[in-house]
Amino acid sequence: MRAAALLLLLAAAGCNRTPSSSSAPVASGFGVAIVGISGEKQTAGAGATLDQPVVAQVNDAQGTGVAGALVQFSSMDGAHFDPPSGLTGSDGQFSTTVRLGGASGRTSLVATTQDKSGKRVQVTFAEIALDYQQTLGQVLNEKYCSRCHNSESTAERVSNHDNLSVAPHAFSDGATLNQISRANLVAIITHGGAALSKSPEMPPYSPTLSASDIEALTAYIRAVADPPYRPQGVFNANP
Amino acid sequence: MTEKIRTAWKFLFGDSARAFGSLSVVLVVMLAVVPAKDHFREWLHYQHEYQSLIRNRSDGVSLARRFQGGVQQIWLPELDVVDRCATCHSGLKEASLAGVAAQPFRPHPPIPHSLTEFGCVMCHRGQGFATTVEDAHSSTKAWEQAILPARYVESSCGQCHERPLEGTPQLNAGRDMLARYGCVHCHKIASPEGRVMTATDDPPSLAHVAEKTTREWIFAWIKNPQAYATTATMPNFQLSDEDARDISAFLINQSTPYIAGAPRKTPAVPKQDDTAAVQQGSSVYGESFCASCHAMQNAAGLMTGGNIGPELTRVGSKVKPEWLADWLRNPKVYDPETAMPHYRFEEKDVGLVMGFLGSKTDSDFLKDVHMDTATAAQIAHGKTLVSERGCASCHEINGVAHADNFAPELTAVGSLPLAKILFAPGMAHTVPDYISAKIRNPRSFGNALKMPKFTLSDSQVDSLVTALLAQTTRAKTLPATLRIQAAPPSTYQPAGRAGQLMTDMRCFSCHEINGRGGSMAPELTWEGSSVQRGWLVSFLKRPNTLRPTLIRRMPKFNMTDEEASVLADYIMTVYQTAAFDGAAKFAGGDSAHGKDLYYGKYACNSCHILDPAKDKGYIGPTLTEVGLRLNPEWIFHWLKNAQALRPGTLEVNWNMNDEDARAITAFLMEQKAAPRKGASR
Repeated sequence: MRAAALLLLLAAAGCNRTPSSSSAPVASGFGVAIVGISGEKQTAGAGATLDQPVVAQVNDAQGTGVAGALVQFSSMDGAHFDPPSGLTGSDGQFSTTVRLGGASGRTSLVATTQDKSGKRVQVTFAEIALDYQQTLGQVLNEKYCSRCHNSESTAERVSNHDNLSVAPHAFSDGATLNQISRANLVAIITHGGAALSKSPEMPPYSPTLSASDIEALTAYIRAVADPPYRPQGVFNANP
Repeated sequence: MTEKIRTAWKFLFGDSARAFGSLSVVLVVMLAVVPAKDHFREWLHYQHEYQSLIRNRSDGVSLARRFQGGVQQIWLPELDVVDRCATCHSGLKEASLAGVAAQPFRPHPPIPHSLTEFGCVMCHRGQGFATTVEDAHSSTKAWEQAILPARYVESSCGQCHERPLEGTPQLNAGRDMLARYGCVHCHKIASPEGRVMTATDDPPSLAHVAEKTTREWIFAWIKNPQAYATTATMPNFQLSDEDARDISAFLINQSTPYIAGAPRKTPAVPKQDDTAAVQQGSSVYGESFCASCHAMQNAAGLMTGGNIGPELTRVGSKVKPEWLADWLRNPKVYDPETAMPHYRFEEKDVGLVMGFLGSKTDSDFLKDVHMDTATAAQIAHGKTLVSERGCASCHEINGVAHADNFAPELTAVGSLPLAKILFAPGMAHTVPDYISAKIRNPRSFGNALKMPKFTLSDSQVDSLVTALLAQTTRAKTLPATLRIQAAPPSTYQPAGRAGQLMTDMRCFSCHEINGRGGSMAPELTWEGSSVQRGWLVSFLKRPNTLRPTLIRRMPKFNMTDEEASVLADYIMTVYQTAAFDGAAKFAGGDSAHGKDLYYGKYACNSCHILDPAKDKGYIGPTLTEVGLRLNPEWIFHWLKNAQALRPGTLEVNWNMNDEDARAITAFLMEQKAAPRKGASR
């Protein structure tokens, strides 16, 4: 009898420990479509919080935002949302803070809403979780590469992109960079553009950067490629 | 019923032969338990799963050849590592499994260390010797070390790497914040060798605070510092109105004058409705590059400016005019330790800047603050509160001694035993969760706790937690050979009158020399080898900009000819590198060839502007008059290996051959054109 009471008590305590799943709010509005507004294609370390919130908007048939529609975020890649669901504001938008899952690679986030008939519509956001090597590549990119390869200027960092006679490729330009083999990427960074009959405006970064730094940069370039980089053929297994 | 049992008994043990047979069956079953238990082990299940995963792959044969069944163990006695993680994580070293998403079969992402040399728990924590999922990853009854969530994993690098690593931005940011947000004023944090972390913020002395600002402002500020300046690093002590009233009463009461004697003169300050004069003051503020250190919210609501000095968006609501005048004339009179340089402003400019800063007010900030005259009891209560809250840990306050070890030491906080932690209800019982909750909302652990609340973003909290988790007991027991120690802090101080001038103008707030100083401006350790004296004197007198797109720039200190000359002499004599051999290897280059190399082979024009009419590069300094600025020997060595002369420079290490370097040096030394109009702005 006493054991049973103890068990009950334990079970109750256990129940208290688990976060009570807050009852999802009841939708007061219904749209027919959901679109991504901002927060896509951000990069962060695996498990880290994305800098910008992810924003989705529920639209009616005319494409205007619907207030009070229920939006639910989910992810198969272990991402965590704060809050995971909620109603859209007066502009039809719902915004959530995203913490990526613990594994590196592409992370997709799905925002779902229902129309009046209960049919689910959804939109997918792709985010990028970086591993150690790619994070190092990102740091090096910020210091050495992005001044020319990123065409966007801020007050703190004016881009040199438009000053060059041959426009450098953005690292996200997967359509072009995915075609270049890893060995050639390493060679261009190491020996400069001229060595590969490309623009001499790309300087040789060896010995400024070590071989492992250059390896990290190529890993970063592959990680942020859009469309995503898919390695060709069969791998040679590691010894 | 009993009849049935009796029949069964008779059937099984009726005679000796039956009994023998039955017992044999029982024995066989009992003997089978052990192998059966072995067969259903969790790790064996994962190894079977791994084998079926690789069976159908094209590289399955080589994967299978490298697969080893049974318990896999990494044993490193000197690191205290016994890791059996690879028993289930069979594909850790198989890069070809990169596309596999399912755990425990993902390969480990590339890192600079070998998995077999360091093991797993060094970085990921958890129980390495456990062989079930639950025991290895969670803190269970028997074990307390849970797996470290991925977002904090950089903390493990910090156990050995005390020097900033390029690949651990989060750890570096967290360590900077521990120093910059003043955590280490109250909490002692030491490295395994015992070096204590020092703060890099500069909390102002409050010994003369009544001269600087009003009691009303102090009240509003300590109630909510971020309401005055969103970038303020001072935390919110969540004070009640009464407590804030009494603390402000005490702070005003303890304040002493900082200049004895005659009443001070204030310069002619333009009226606030004199927009032309305020505009002029804004120009002096801009030309003096106050924004290199001070941020201000502009009309569009964007924060622009540096973070070395305090934000000035609402400074007009804060400071008293007499104090501001003294401060602008020479800040060291009020605060001898300030990072603010001594601008040699003319009285007229002091007035103009005061007019501009005086216009930076916020009528809402002090609207509802009305202070009655403080009573002696309130002042006494204020003093008690100031002692209790530890205000003197950061600020100098008359009559309240600086408290050493005001808050718990955090040297080993990353290994805090769970049994010693008082968790708040509803939170997960792990060390990272505890630290993060404590930083986010210290009062969630009890209203009587003294720790104030900091205004931090999620990623800033993650960075701080990462830096604190690096403070482990394991770090102390690791072999000393593994430790990458941080550079010891430099106490370099230039000598003589030049040294005094450099202190007076606070060169070290922005420039680094011999390991001491800030990182905003170029390192000057070998500046004397780099530049020509004539250029240096004119630059000190009137710093024109060298880099076209830079927004943080060297201010004009209005120094006299004599001061500029003393500084230039010192720099030219003392800041010389020993790396130049004096041999005239750099001379006699073919400048026409150098021009070809400059525009062709090395494409220097992609980063530098030499001919303003056609060059457009934004990154490096303008080279229009480089022949008047730099020393040819410096250019020659710079082209060969710039990093050796100024570590961390953005210039590529060209590793150039002597002939090319000579030619380009000769070409650059011919560039003596006056800068184009407007370039000096």
